[in-house]
Amino acid sequence: MILIHCPYCDEKRPEIEFANAGQAHIARPIDPSGESDADWETYLFIRANPRGRHHERWRHVHGCGRFFNAVRDTVTDKFETTYKAGEPRR
Amino acid sequence: MSGFRLETGGRVDRNQPVQFRFDGTSYQGLEGDTLASALLANGVMLFGRSFKYHRPRGILAAGSEEPNALVSVDRGPGRFTPNLRATGVEIHAGLNAVSQNRWPSLKADFGAINDRLGMFFPAGFYNKTFMWPRSFWDKVYEPAIRQMAGLGDAPTAEDPDHYASTYAHCDLLIVGAGPAGIDAALGSMDTNKRIILIDEQDELGGGALADPALWPWLERSHKALIDAPNVTILTRTTAFGYYHDNFIGAVQRLTDHLPKPGDGAREKLWRIRAGEVVLAQGAIERPLVFEGNDTPGVMLSSAAKIFATRYGVAVGKAVVLMAAHDSGWHDVFALAKAGVGIAAIIDVRERVDSALMQEAGRLGIAVHLNHSVMGVSGRHSVRAVQICNNDDYLARRIDCDAVLMAGGWTPSVHLWSHSKGSLKWRDDLGAYVPDQPNENVRCVGGCSGDWDFGNGAVIDVLPTPKDHSRIKAFVDFQNDVTAKDIKLAVREGFRSIEHIKRYTTNGMATDQGKTSNLNGLQIASSALDKPVPDIGLTSFRPPYTPQTFGALAGHAKGALFQPTRTTNIDSWADAHGAVFELVAQWRRARYFPKSGEDMHAAVNRECVAVRSSVGIFDASTLGKIEVVGPDAAEFLNRMYTNPWKALEPGRCRYGLLLKEDGFITDDGVSARLAPDRFHLTTTTGGAARVLNMMEDYLQTEWPDLDVWLTSTTEQYAVIALQGPNARKVLEPLVEGIDLSAEAFPHMAIREGMICGIPTRLFRVSFTGELGFEINVPTAYGRAVWERLMAQGAQYDITPYGTEAMHVLRAEKGFIIVGQDTDGTVTPFDAGLDWAVGKKKPDFVGKRSMARPDIVAPGRKQLVGLLTDDPNVVLEEGAQIVADPKQPVPMTMIGHVTSSYWSETLGRSIAFALVAGGHEMTGDTLHIPMPGKTHIAKVSGLVFYDPEGARLHV
Ligand SMILES: [Zn+2]
Repeated sequence: MILIHCPYCDEKRPEIEFANAGQAHIARPIDPSGESDADWETYLFIRANPRGRHHERWRHVHGCGRFFNAVRDTVTDKFETTYKAGEPRR
Repeated sequence: MSGFRLETGGRVDRNQPVQFRFDGTSYQGLEGDTLASALLANGVMLFGRSFKYHRPRGILAAGSEEPNALVSVDRGPGRFTPNLRATGVEIHAGLNAVSQNRWPSLKADFGAINDRLGMFFPAGFYNKTFMWPRSFWDKVYEPAIRQMAGLGDAPTAEDPDHYASTYAHCDLLIVGAGPAGIDAALGSMDTNKRIILIDEQDELGGGALADPALWPWLERSHKALIDAPNVTILTRTTAFGYYHDNFIGAVQRLTDHLPKPGDGAREKLWRIRAGEVVLAQGAIERPLVFEGNDTPGVMLSSAAKIFATRYGVAVGKAVVLMAAHDSGWHDVFALAKAGVGIAAIIDVRERVDSALMQEAGRLGIAVHLNHSVMGVSGRHSVRAVQICNNDDYLARRIDCDAVLMAGGWTPSVHLWSHSKGSLKWRDDLGAYVPDQPNENVRCVGGCSGDWDFGNGAVIDVLPTPKDHSRIKAFVDFQNDVTAKDIKLAVREGFRSIEHIKRYTTNGMATDQGKTSNLNGLQIASSALDKPVPDIGLTSFRPPYTPQTFGALAGHAKGALFQPTRTTNIDSWADAHGAVFELVAQWRRARYFPKSGEDMHAAVNRECVAVRSSVGIFDASTLGKIEVVGPDAAEFLNRMYTNPWKALEPGRCRYGLLLKEDGFITDDGVSARLAPDRFHLTTTTGGAARVLNMMEDYLQTEWPDLDVWLTSTTEQYAVIALQGPNARKVLEPLVEGIDLSAEAFPHMAIREGMICGIPTRLFRVSFTGELGFEINVPTAYGRAVWERLMAQGAQYDITPYGTEAMHVLRAEKGFIIVGQDTDGTVTPFDAGLDWAVGKKKPDFVGKRSMARPDIVAPGRKQLVGLLTDDPNVVLEEGAQIVADPKQPVPMTMIGHVTSSYWSETLGRSIAFALVAGGHEMTGDTLHIPMPGKTHIAKVSGLVFYDPEGARLHV
């Protein structure tokens, strides 16, 4: 069972306390009605599926409840880093 | 020597005889024996039948790598454990073990015909033969294969034992308590590290248990470790899996070795998080591959030494060694000194260390270098071996009753591989050894390739003058894979060891190829004429040895398999004969049958009571979220399709929640209690999902909004009081709230007291009748319910369940998200466009309502269905076609989502999702069902009181 560092609790906790919440750094457009169909499709559905470094969101759902960002290697399943929502991409 | 028990030696207690049974026969062993050593001491060589050919099999090894001697232990009803290795079953008074995979008996086994038909059972036999004809599979092939194949019988009775589990944390976890593991523990004992030392055997020592010279050291070390307060010793404990971040799963066997199992847990699952892991799992000796190497009495050389020195048992009286490695010579010297008769040493090598030759000479043991065993005489036990010179194949016969194989050593890299550590090939060992770690772990001793067993030759199959394609020289004993099977797989085009493994099943039995993988690799390597590292490496996966389901399940079975959520009123429903159903882990009353009523009759009665007088319903499971803060209205306005900012305090609104893709995900009636406070409700199953979604938007998209979300689902008991007499029942019990239609209209909320308890009282209806939903603090739910029942007695107040609730809402055209929608239904599809705020610039899912797919014609839309025959209740899920005469497969244009008998209307009603359904009102559709195709007409969704006159009273 992986240990995940929650950047809000600043503790490594077992993965069963967390829930994955999909790819990170996909911001909802400020004015969705101004988006073209193609741009809106990309926002809704188009996701990366990298072999290796992957930026994704996690929620410390059975802990502090906060959403945060993480860089995880999809090959080794190792977390490179986690950081608070709103901080720049690492 | 009496029988095969040596006069002296071993760690068994010669003053403690133990009576036990094997296949119905009573035997005597000694305290400290395993089933294997005790039976060998009694001269038993035959332990079981092999998986595929049903060949007689004896003991190959002395430890957990044993592939052959699988037995079942019967400890009474429900305590039947199959597929235990006889080498790991500690005997105790009353032990009752039986052999497996034989019928009618171990000695006369019917399935052994498979062995004579061996030429018809080549590698890939099952894949090839039973492919055709298809119709034979169910009736002929599968029953026949099931009868003949398989390992032990699965127990059928419920397991009466219970299983404990625990978490443990330590700085240093050592797996394996042989000399290397013990040294690692001693080396760290004087630090302040918390240390856990695990070993699968009943006592510490590993290989040292078979070396009497080490016993004094072992005793001193054991005592030092026991005395160290920071060291925890777990014996009879198997570390079966190595998971991420140094998380190790281990099972401790607590009672199987005891004469009486007692009331304690049978096994205990340990989940250990370790700072550092030291693997000291040792190495496993490799068999040699030659014809007849599976005859009972042919075994690993190291095993024979363990039986002699640890258990005081001779595996034979005239023993032959077939060696490719020095270690076998040392074993035989130890056997000779323990009093075991040695018939000869045969070594495949042309030359060995002169010291070995001298010692053999000193002990008077005949030696045949550059020779190989080419055959074994005897079926149920060894009578002789035929050996031949490797160059000229000149043959001779040696009488003997046991053959020892010394084929070199394989480091036990199982847990290392689980942890994703890399391996490197060592030509000199003919084995993979640990290379780069992936966790904070290191290997010590035998499992790192570090041993002092001497040198050896790496060899695939022993030389023989016989036709290789006609002999059975076994590689995988448990799965009955021979050298010729692997060669055949290569001839048929398989190149990767992963494919060869799956085609031949080499290494795929319950022992995961502990004794067979490396020999299989060597044979494939020779056949392909490629070095071993070029043909790949198979992976080990947990568990290291088979574990019981009981240990893994622990207490999570039966009623404790998953939590059941109950409301405060549940106990009343239970006491009043409710039939329950599970809804999203909630136990909900489905209906309340009176004596003699079936579900249909009860639901009809409950529905009529609500429409004609008053019904009472436990709605406590509704999801509830308290939304508080200066921006609460703005937040809800962005989340829901409806406008929320203008909603006045004291009023309620039906809220429709979409996902960003425009599809309905939840709904519920919510109330504004104050300018900055809302009481939201969600579907029973959607509560957690909705809260998660709202938190997501609040935390990550709109962190500027000043809003707090709190789950209050379990803070309130909710009682729905529905029907024309609802107000009359409620009025005498309520204080501080004017219930009159003028003061308290439909879709309003008031706060006050009921039965002296604070309440949030909603005037809402999911039935179409005058209705109230009474929210009180959870602990008062049943008390208020009982007061309402008493107060309503004069109106024959009727408790109703979820089934009647479904019928009543369907009569009124109210949808259930998740039943009438499936994650691809938009508000427009569901006929809920009235709930979408047209003037709102944005809300979650709004942009998607203009997506090309969603504005395209032909979408499935929710409609009502009325069958031509009013007595036909369609099946939910039934498919709908436009033309029943079209050829099969027909074009399905939709399906029934909800369907009920309506006692109020005296006919059936249904909802369906139908392509273009909104344009089809009045059209006839067809619903093919088993036996008959039903006819129905498309209608609107509201079947009862379309004007809503009954609500506003
Ligand atoms: Zn946290």
